[in-house]
Amino acid sequence: MQTQTELGKLLEWVEIMRGRIREIVREWADQEGNLIMMLHAIQNEFGYISRGAAGELAKETGISMARIYEVITFYHYFRVTPPGKHTLQVCMGTACYLKGAAALHKELERQLGILAAAGGGHDEFQLETVRCIGCCGMAPAVVVDAETHGRLCPGDMAQILHQKQKA
Amino acid sequence: MDRPPMKVQELVAYWSSEPGPRKWIRVGMDTGGIAAGAREVHRALVETRDALKLEIDILKAGSPGLSYADPVVIVGDETGGTMILGNMDPEAAREWMRRQGSDVGTLLEDRIIASRDRGHTFSGQPQTKILVKDTNAPHKEDRTVFFQERIREELEIQGFAAQVHVHRAMDMGLYQKGICIQFLPSGVTYSNVTESDLGRIIGEGLGEGRVLEEWWETGEDPQERIVLRHCGQIDPEDFEAYLRAGGYRGLKRALLNMTPEQVIEEVKTSGLRGRGGAGFPTWLKWKNTREPAADRKIVICNADEGDPGAFMDRSVLEGDPHAVLEGLMIAAYAIGADKGFFYIRAEYPLAIERVQRALDQCRAAGLLGDKILGSDFSFDAQVRLGAGAFVCGEETALIASIEGRRGSPEPRPPYPSLKGLWGKPTAINNVETLAAVSAILDRGGEWYAGFGTETSRGTKVFAVTGKVRNPQLVEVPMGTPIRNVIEMCGGAGPGGRIKAVQTGGPSGGVIPRDKMDTPITYESLQALGSIMGSGGMLVMDESDSMVDVAKFYLGFCVDESCGKCAPCRVGGFQMLKLLEKIHSGNGKREDLETIGDICHCMKTASLCGLGQMAPNPVLSTLKYFEDEYLDLLDLGGAAARPNRRGRGTDRNLERV
Repeated sequence: MQTQTELGKLLEWVEIMRGRIREIVREWADQEGNLIMMLHAIQNEFGYISRGAAGELAKETGISMARIYEVITFYHYFRVTPPGKHTLQVCMGTACYLKGAAALHKELERQLGILAAAGGGHDEFQLETVRCIGCCGMAPAVVVDAETHGRLCPGDMAQILHQKQKA
Repeated sequence: MDRPPMKVQELVAYWSSEPGPRKWIRVGMDTGGIAAGAREVHRALVETRDALKLEIDILKAGSPGLSYADPVVIVGDETGGTMILGNMDPEAAREWMRRQGSDVGTLLEDRIIASRDRGHTFSGQPQTKILVKDTNAPHKEDRTVFFQERIREELEIQGFAAQVHVHRAMDMGLYQKGICIQFLPSGVTYSNVTESDLGRIIGEGLGEGRVLEEWWETGEDPQERIVLRHCGQIDPEDFEAYLRAGGYRGLKRALLNMTPEQVIEEVKTSGLRGRGGAGFPTWLKWKNTREPAADRKIVICNADEGDPGAFMDRSVLEGDPHAVLEGLMIAAYAIGADKGFFYIRAEYPLAIERVQRALDQCRAAGLLGDKILGSDFSFDAQVRLGAGAFVCGEETALIASIEGRRGSPEPRPPYPSLKGLWGKPTAINNVETLAAVSAILDRGGEWYAGFGTETSRGTKVFAVTGKVRNPQLVEVPMGTPIRNVIEMCGGAGPGGRIKAVQTGGPSGGVIPRDKMDTPITYESLQALGSIMGSGGMLVMDESDSMVDVAKFYLGFCVDESCGKCAPCRVGGFQMLKLLEKIHSGNGKREDLETIGDICHCMKTASLCGLGQMAPNPVLSTLKYFEDEYLDLLDLGGAAARPNRRGRGTDRNLERV
């Protein structure tokens, strides 16, 4: 019985997703150079581009799946897996690198390791490195859920994680 | 459409409109400022003003370029005087607002950034403020507080204490020049002042209005702000603010008074070359795109600013999007295009938002659309986003990306000016180039050509970052020595000594300390083994390992290689392996030879600029810092030291 309601919910969600993708396609249909823009719209909507979403896009636009996957996998910006609840993006631009971005990244890894050892919570965080976010005046910088923190040192990392955990 | 298309007379009326005398405060709200807390500062200002019912305009602006002082506010009074305050926080903002009405002065200690417009005379005005700063600090003990007190005492003795206030400045724009003081509002500035001089300086300055040559600092600001002319000056989201600042005057002149050929001729006179890095003459690109017969032509603004450590284009798009759009429209008119695209990095959400808004505003006013300003020119533009691929800054890869394909470059020729987007003739210009174009059409090619050198005309914006005291954006005439640019930013950071400067990002090279008097031109930087690039200028100090730096840049190019051609894909990867081997202390002398061979192969055989230029950081570090490689080869692991980081970072590393 329970699985049936879950299945129902899933189907409902798939319908919503399909509807939204159809809207995106309609919006962009007669625009030139629209594929990457539609992929951005889908990722903004769902956080990543699932196989189902890519399939729906292929069906609606007539662009082959191979072509869509060629594009999604070429560009770093597109995700094919769902993102974590919180994203931690360590800027690896040159200015940040020179001022110790690698040490920030290492410390974040260490802190997440501590969380894991202490019984979890680490999987809420997605740690990644990004190419220059253009805040070189505040190097080294880390973007936490679209909020930029600058002029950091490794000692600040634990607090950043702690604040997000509480939130 | 909300309103009928704008008529020429309406546009002209804006250019002569003057805002009434009001007190105002502008908050620098670009990505950097916002990250440092500009939104909170803005909110605190608005709340306090509304609570106290004050008559002060609170405005938003782009970044004035002073990244080290973010968040920055600019304060203006009824008389037209302005002052910049840095490192603001909500508490200071509230305090500033509260003190507005009182005569205690509206300043906040250690936040004032002294004016670079240094005065030549007191011109009979009563002086109201004195700024003081120990410009040798933090290398030595900071004597600013002591001198502030001493000046106050001296004012007391001489009877000026009631009308003149003394404040500690955050930055004087002068470095290693001892105690510096600046009188306001005149801007008369003295350097290397000692305690015993104060009596004369104050007595003769305030009492008799005499400027004393002994200490007088006349040095003019070497900056020439053309591309950055409105950044930090106007609200980038306010269409009318751009119009009032003379916006679209260049477009009007081009559309109504000039033929496309004359526009190209004007840009030729200006000597403007592409600011994306390669320095191809802009007029020639336009001419080549104009000539081929085609049913339609396209212009693209390349805003895929991918060089790590560079943020000029972001600042211009966030601070003055209309100036770039105006340049794009002029380019479209010159080549005969009816459609334009802004190709912007997806990582720059605020720039995207502001460009989109500028487009909407122009469309609503009829500056985009059919028969613009009553001429026969019809044009529209749209935003297209990048998706995190560095190679898409290369023009053929950029075209592939807009067309919805993976961003692989194509062999040239045919150049995009013949066969570009969807096979149509396409002109691709960089953000900074287009922002300069709108100024050139407004003020004339002759005027622009008056800046810079014979081969490199005009000005260039640099993002000076890394181990420099005050990371910031500067715009200087071409031909300015590298050393001057670094010194404008305060020289090396605390405790450091500059070892080298890197220009051109992953495609550029390092320039050692002893070559820093080289004037900046496309040719001179190339002769040193680097390139002009898009304008990132990264300062490295003695603690930075050049082998590590080379490895960092090469690693970037290897990650970003699209994989289409073998020299770049295989060569880059193998060279990176060798560098890692050397850096870890396991290298052999023969490895350097192999590296040289790979560099040669990549430079000559790669398909596009990414692969051709990727060896530059390796070659230039080998050229100027070979001893660091040799140390690692001969001494092995003993010489392998990680980059020592900034001081604060080191201390904290020990702590955790």
